[in-house]
Amino acid sequence: MGRYFQPEIETASREEILKIQNEKIVKQVKHVYDNVPYYRDLMDKKGVKPEDIQSVDDIKKLPFLSKADLREAYPYGLLATDLKNCVRIQSTSGTTGKRVVAFYTQNDVDLWEDCVARAIVAAGGTKGDVCQVSYGYGLFTGGAGLHGGSHKVGCLTLPMSSGNTQRQIQFMMDLGSTILCCTPSYAAYIGETLEEMGYKPEDNKLKAGIFGAEPWTEEMRHSIEKSLGIKAFDIYGLTETSGPGVAFECEEQSGMHINEDHFYAEIIDPDTGEVLPEGSKGELVFTALDKEAFPLLRYRTRDICVLTREKCSCGRTFVKMCKPMGRSDDMMIIRGVNVFPSQIETVLLNNGYTPNYQIIVDRKNNSDTLDINVELTPDKFSDIISENQKKEKKLESAMRTMLGIGPKVHLVPPKTIVRSEGKAVRVIDKRKLHD
Amino acid sequence: MAIRQISVFVENQKGKLYETLKVIAGEGINIRALSVADTNDFGVLRLITSDTDKTREVLSEDCVVNTTTVVAAKLEDRVGALCDVIHILALADINIEYVYAFTASEDFGAYVVIRVDDVEKAEQALIKENVPILCEDDIKEI
Repeated sequence: MGRYFQPEIETASREEILKIQNEKIVKQVKHVYDNVPYYRDLMDKKGVKPEDIQSVDDIKKLPFLSKADLREAYPYGLLATDLKNCVRIQSTSGTTGKRVVAFYTQNDVDLWEDCVARAIVAAGGTKGDVCQVSYGYGLFTGGAGLHGGSHKVGCLTLPMSSGNTQRQIQFMMDLGSTILCCTPSYAAYIGETLEEMGYKPEDNKLKAGIFGAEPWTEEMRHSIEKSLGIKAFDIYGLTETSGPGVAFECEEQSGMHINEDHFYAEIIDPDTGEVLPEGSKGELVFTALDKEAFPLLRYRTRDICVLTREKCSCGRTFVKMCKPMGRSDDMMIIRGVNVFPSQIETVLLNNGYTPNYQIIVDRKNNSDTLDINVELTPDKFSDIISENQKKEKKLESAMRTMLGIGPKVHLVPPKTIVRSEGKAVRVIDKRKLHD
Repeated sequence: MAIRQISVFVENQKGKLYETLKVIAGEGINIRALSVADTNDFGVLRLITSDTDKTREVLSEDCVVNTTTVVAAKLEDRVGALCDVIHILALADINIEYVYAFTASEDFGAYVVIRVDDVEKAEQALIKENVPILCEDDIKEI
C-alpha cells in the first residue's frame, strides 16, 4: 500500500469522483460562459447553452479549444476573472510557436501545488526529504510547480533551477538531496557528469526522481535509474492546464494517474473529434473542472495516448494515462510517414547507445532526407573501418524497422552534440528553409 | 611479441586531425608509424608511438580511442619481400584487415604493420619462416 497526500480523494470510489466532477462541471461551464466571451461565442456557434451541461457525460457537446485558439486569444482572451484576482502568470517555453500565457488565482496555485504534492508523495516523498528542484525557474511551470508541491509536502526544498551542473552536483552531494526533479534529458546529463567525476550511483543519497516536460522512453527511464541509483517517476502537465502535476506516476510505474477531481480527460479521434471509448488510442483532451482564472474547457493537448481504468495496486482510483506516444508538435512527417523522436531514442538505447542524438531533416531533389547523428562510445569503436560502418548499418536497419522509413546514421565523437540544460534540441528541420 | 596500436575516431572535418596530432606532439610523444583511413563521415587514425600508455591516456580525454594488437614485421630490401610475407599469412589461413608501411630512422629499413584476426597465429607463422618481428621495446628504440 502506498502513501497518499490526500488519501480521501486519491482513493475515492468512482461514484464519489463522478459526483464531484458533475458538480464542478456545471458550475465551471456557467463560469466560463459568463466570463469568457471568446468561449461563449464558440458555444453559441455550436448551439450549446450552459444548461445543456448537466454532467461530465455532456462535456462532449462542448466545443474544443486548441493551441490556435490560445494564440488568437492572446493574451487576455481566455481569462475568466478580473486580473486583480490573479496572483501569478506562467508561460510556455515557446518551443513551438508563440508563447502561451496562463493566469492563476491563489486558489488555482493551491490546487496546482496540491496536484504536484500528490505526485511527490506518490514518488515516496515525505517531510524528511531533501527535494532538489532542477527544473528551470521563472515563467516555465516546471520550477514553480515542483517548488510549490515540495513545500506542500514539507520537503526541504532546494531551488536549484537548471544549469551549472557542477554546482548541482556539489549541492546534491553536500546537502544529501533525496529527490531530484528535472527534465529527463537533464537527469541523464547529471548522471553522466556524476560518473565522469568518479562517483558511483550509490555515492549519492537520491532515492527518487520526478521527471517530465519532455517525451522520454522506458529505456531512458532504466538508464537514468541505473546511473543515479534511483526510481524514476514520470509527471505530466501543460502550462495550458496549470503545469506539471495534471497526472503523475505511482510506484507501479505503469502509467500516470490523472488528478480527476480537477481535470477531466477524454480521448478523441484527432481527425473527427469524436470521443473514443476507454482503451482507445487517440488525442488527449482536458477540461479544467475548477480552475478560476484560466479554465480551459476541452483543450486539445496534441498528445497521443491511451486511458485505462484498470485497478492499480497503489490503491489510487484515478484513471491512468499512458506515457504520451508522441506529441504531434514533435511529430515529423518525413516522406509521408509520422516519425517521433522518442522512437529513435528507443532504438538507440536498445542498441546500447547513449540518448545523445540529433535528427536532421532536409529536402534534396524534392525528397525528404533523414539523418541521425549518434554519439559513439569507446566500447563501440573499432580500428577497422568496416566494423564501424557495420554499426551504422545495424542502427539504420533497426530504425527502418521502427520508423517505417530508412534514415542515414552517422557516428560522431562523444560530446559533439550540443547538450541542453533545459529542453533538448533533438530535431533540426531544414526543410522550412526551402519552403 | 606483438605491439599495441592506438586508434582514434576523428570527425571528417577541417582541423580535426591537427587537433589530435597537436595533443600527441605537446606531450613529447614520438609517432613511429601511422595510417589514416577515411569514410564520408569519419576517419580512423591508427598510431604506433614511442609511449603507447601515455598516448592512450592523453587522447582518451577528448577522443574515442581504442587499443588493438598488431604485428610489425621487418622486410628485406628486395623485390617481392612484402609479397612473401603476405603469402606466409595466406598459407597460414590468416585474415588481413589492413596493412601499412613505415621506415625506421636507425637503419632505414622497411617495416610493415599488419592487422590480422589472429595475432598469435600470424606471429608463429612468420617466426617459423624467419621473418623478424618487432616487440614494443623495439619500437621505442628504432
